[in-house]
Parts: sequence; structure tokens; C-alpha cells
Amino acid sequence: MSSLPLGSRIGSLLGRMGLKGRLLVIAIPTVWLLVFFLIPFLVVAKISFSEAAIARPPYLPIVEWIDGFFRVNLNFNNYLFLLEDPLYLAAYLGSVKIAGVATLIALLIGYPMAYLIARSPPDQRNLLLMLVVLPFWTSFLLRVYAWIGFLKGNGVINNLLMSIGIIDEPLVMLQTDFAVYVGIVYTYLPFMILPLYANLVKLDEAYLEASSDLGALPVTTFFTVTVPLSLSGIIAGCMLVFIPAVGEFVIPALLGGPDTLMIGQVLWNEFFSNRDWPVASSVAIVMLFVLVIPIMLLRWAQSAGEGESR
Amino acid sequence: MSEAIAVTGLKPWTDPNAVPFLKINNVTKKFGAFTSVNNVSLEIYKGEIFCLLGGSGCGKSTLLRMLSGFEDLTSGQIIIDGQDQAGIPPYKRPTNMMFQSYALFPHMTVEKNIAYGLKRDGLPRAEIATRVTDMLSLVQMGAFAARKPHQLSGGQRQRVALARALVKKPKLLLLDEPLGALDKKLREETQFELIKIQESLGVTFVVVTHDQQEAMTLSSRIGVMTAGKIVQVGTPREIYEYPQNRFVADFIGSVNIFEGRIAEDGESHVVVACPEAGLGIYVPHSIAGVIGQKVAVAVRPEKMQISKGDLGDLRNKLSGTIDEIAYMGDSSVYQIRLDSGKRVRVNQSNLFRSEESSLNYGDRVNLGWAGNAGIVVTS
Repeated sequence: MSSLPLGSRIGSLLGRMGLKGRLLVIAIPTVWLLVFFLIPFLVVAKISFSEAAIARPPYLPIVEWIDGFFRVNLNFNNYLFLLEDPLYLAAYLGSVKIAGVATLIALLIGYPMAYLIARSPPDQRNLLLMLVVLPFWTSFLLRVYAWIGFLKGNGVINNLLMSIGIIDEPLVMLQTDFAVYVGIVYTYLPFMILPLYANLVKLDEAYLEASSDLGALPVTTFFTVTVPLSLSGIIAGCMLVFIPAVGEFVIPALLGGPDTLMIGQVLWNEFFSNRDWPVASSVAIVMLFVLVIPIMLLRWAQSAGEGESR
Repeated sequence: MSEAIAVTGLKPWTDPNAVPFLKINNVTKKFGAFTSVNNVSLEIYKGEIFCLLGGSGCGKSTLLRMLSGFEDLTSGQIIIDGQDQAGIPPYKRPTNMMFQSYALFPHMTVEKNIAYGLKRDGLPRAEIATRVTDMLSLVQMGAFAARKPHQLSGGQRQRVALARALVKKPKLLLLDEPLGALDKKLREETQFELIKIQESLGVTFVVVTHDQQEAMTLSSRIGVMTAGKIVQVGTPREIYEYPQNRFVADFIGSVNIFEGRIAEDGESHVVVACPEAGLGIYVPHSIAGVIGQKVAVAVRPEKMQISKGDLGDLRNKLSGTIDEIAYMGDSSVYQIRLDSGKRVRVNQSNLFRSEESSLNYGDRVNLGWAGNAGIVVTS
């Protein structure tokens, strides 16, 4: 036994413990998710049910040991508070609206780009994809700041338009919802393009030819064949843009104005300005459910659809 | 349609007054420096099943794609029913194509796949429904109307693809390896069904295939292609029995080629001196050649006879040793080595049931063929 190499000794040891290689492979991401997602999530959930206090940490414990008894203080007031103050509902709806519109714009811009890349000669595709991903090589924060330089009153765009003579006085673009849309669409566009490209590049040209052969104009072929066949790419791209956009904090904080109401800012304010950790936590928990439930419904619908078409 | 057949008979290409339905005039297609289709001209008549037969890369599929409009012509002209197709996009052509991969839309049911082309023409719903139902019953797929392509077997998909291409009543149906994806038994059954459907609808078919068996069974005429050119056009019988050159003789079926020189050029026969065979081969047809010209004689293996005994009064006789025997059930294939070292392939039908072959490895046999079995091929 001792003559065996270390690797196989560990293998046989794990084997005796009932751990097979396959299990090990599944175990690593499971442990990762457990430590870095589930436990923090439970901590946040726990805080959301506690009472705020001027203390360190700034909330009261949920479980106390008093006179030989466990005392459990579950406080639902944080959640009730979210319902009472219309600010929170408005912030949730505002986030969903801004994220939704930005996703739609990203789809309208990203789809033609992905289509073009997928239909270009194979040796050019990687170069074009590189160009799509290239902005990621610069810090996200720097790129958002760069947009301030473009959009502000005496920024690049206004100066250009005024020098041509199209406008007489600068347009107000910075600190509006418009600037937030620009920022979100610009930042998340690659997340839309990449899954769409991966889908469209696999689209068999024979389907398009068959459609054309059967009398469909190119535009009809696009809407009756190309779009339905790339639906899973559209869904994937939209999710990848919509989900982070809903919780986006930096872009509305830097580019948005006082009217821009997004849940990320509200959460930041509760946490750092108000130091109300329990309410901040409940805002986060509700946001998670706001996002997770529609996603689960969508996944369910998708897998049902796939079961039918595969 | 039936009138046209009545007037021109079953072989419209033999009628000097018949007007070709599809004319391909000097069509050339180049991809960069590579010439895929090289100056091809063809005339195809209404109601024909015309097969373009050739190996892979011979340009047959490119020619088909030019007919459907997916590829532009480098030069030449395609005329369908009197109308020049230059500049007409695929969606406006009077042709429909059955794709090799079938290309059935995976997100649509069988019914919607078939209705797709009719919807694009903006036909009234009721008419679309009737035509789809009729087509489904023609290809015997009525029970599968609500299924999606992935729920069908290969043979069923093939029928749906055929129905989808036929439902628009195209002037010309283009079929790219229509039976290529089916297994052998299904392919043989489907061949006859395809002919039946074609006859009942009277649509002109142009079929691309690399399978000579398929071409022989399906077609009214075959165009054999190689390296972008048509090398021979004719009925399956003409192509098989009277190949115009060595390529065609060799490509269709198997053949024994004897090289030699013209020794005697008579009014209605030639004799080819053939050192390989060790005799002058008698061929009962005249050719345009001179004494001493290098030619070859092609003889099909099934037209040869072998026997240990006397072969009677066959015109061409030689002898050799059996090298190999392959028993195929219905027939046996013998490889005979002649004294010159040349190997000759002979097919013999197994007409009688017997447990043991009367011919064995190493047996010395006589070998011969009738005068009219061979044909001289010059190039």
C-alpha cells in the first residue's frame, strides 16, 4: 500500500470514504456556492429579520439566551416598512423599467451586430468578437467617467453639435435617465452580443435558403425563421443584461440625476447613509425574489419548450 | 401535361419539334480561380426526371443551386419555360428545392412546414388548408401533421420535405440527393414512390445524385458530370450499354477495359488487336478511326461467360485462371487472371441451387463474350 504513488493513495482513501471522482467534481462548485452565496445570503436574511439598534453591529440579535430559554425575536417590520413607504415600490418599478428598456435597446443594437459577425467570413469572426470584448480591458469605472466627459454640458457631444450649428445651447444629457440608458446599454452590450452570436453562428444556412426558395422575402425569412430559431440566444442575452442592470448602482449614481430612482441607490443609502442594516437587508432580499421568480418562470417555460422541440 | 406527353411521346428529346422546358445555355460558374461548372449546356423537357450524376465536387450541386437561384452564373443563361432567370432571386423563381439535409424548419409542425410556401404567396386560408391536406395524404403523412420534424424518422422527414417542395406546384422541382440520407432498403422503396408521385403530378424533376443505382432507377435521362462538364447525356440504358468514353463506362457499373489498336476497320465491324487479351477483339460496329489508332474495348462483367468446358460459338474467346471468387447470393463475381497477367472481372448469375461451386480457385477456365457485348471507347 505504501508503495503506491500519492495520487492514487489519496484516490483510494477518498474512494473508501465514498467519494468518487465525479462526486468531487460536483462538490467543488457546491462548496463554493455554499460558502460564498448561500451562507452570506442566510446572514443577510437573518439581519433582515432583526431590529435596528445603535450598536455594533447595528442590529439586535434574533436569538437570545435568557434565563435558560431561547428567545427568538423575529421582526417583520422591515418588510412591512417597505410596503408602507411608496419610495421602495417606486424604486423597484423604476429599476425594472430602466433595466427593461435598456435591455430592449441593447437587443435592438446587439442583434444586428451579432448577426453580422456570425455571417462574416470565419477568419474575420474572431477579430470582430475581439473588438466587441475589447472595452472590457479598460476599467468599468473609467469608461463610465468617460461618458460624463461626452455627455456633460460642455462635453464632446454638445461642443460638436454647437460647432456644426445644429443646436444653439447645450443639451441637458448628463444626470438624466437618458444618460443612465446610454451607460447601461454601452456597458452591457457585449453580454447581449456574445450569446446571440454563439446562437446565430450555429444557424444552418439551409433553413434560410429553404425559406427563400419557398417564396419568402429576406425580411420575412428573418422574422419567421431566423428570430424564432435564435430565441434561446435572445433570452440568454436579455437575462445577462437585465439581471445586473436591475441592481446597477454605479451607472445611475454617476450618470443619473435626482429623478433617477433605482433600487441599487436606495439600498446603498439605507446601508451607508441611514446605517439601517435590517431595512437594507430586506431591500436586498426582496430584490432577489423580484429577480429570481420571473427567471425561474422563464427557465421553466424554456425547458418545457425545449422538451417539446428536442 | 398529358397532352404534351401524347404529342411528344415518352421520349420528347427524340422529337425534333419538341420545345425544351428548361434550357441551360453555356453555363459557367467560377469560385475564384476554381471552375466549378464549365460551359454546360442541357435541354430538359417537360415531365422528365433528369438526373445529374457525378462524383463529389463534379459541379452537379452547384448547377442545381444556380437553377434555384442561390448561386449567380459567371456566364451563360438559364431559361425555364421560356423565361430567362437572370437576376431573379430564389423567392421569385418558379422552382422549388428539396434539400439534401431536408432543411425542415425545426420550430414548425409538419403542417406549418408544408403551408409555409403557400402562406408566403398570400393564398386564402381555406385553400392553404386543402392543399396541405391533399399533399399530406399524397405523401401518406396525414397522421403526422401536428408533429415537429425531430419527432419523425428519416424516411418521414424525407416525405415532408418532398411535400413542402411540391405543394407550391413548381414548374421545376430540384432534388439534391433526395434519398441520400435513407438506408438502403428504404431508399429502394422510396425511389419507386418518388416516380409515382412525379408521374401523378407531372412536375419536371431535376435530381442531383452520386448514386448510379438511384440515377438508373429514377431517371428518364441521365447527365453524367465530371470536373464541371457534362460528359454524356442519355437514357439509363444508353449510358450503361453505350458509354461514349472510358470515364462513363467506368463510372456507371463495373467494366473490363482492354487496350489495343485498330487492326481491321470494316463496314460494320472493327477488330481491335489487343496484346493484353492475346487476341483480336471483334466488335460489330464501325467507328470513326484509322488503322493503328489506339482505342479500348469495354466489356461489362455480366456479359462475359466462363466455363471449364467449351464455350460454343462465342465470337471472342480466351482463357485464364480463377484468382478470386466472391459469392453474392444472386450472383458470383470471379476475378480471372489472363496469361498476360491482366485481371478480368466476370459476373455469373447463380441460376441453379447448389451447395458447392463448380468453379474453384485456381481452376483453368475458358472465357468469352458475344460479338455485340463489347463496345469501343476512344477517349
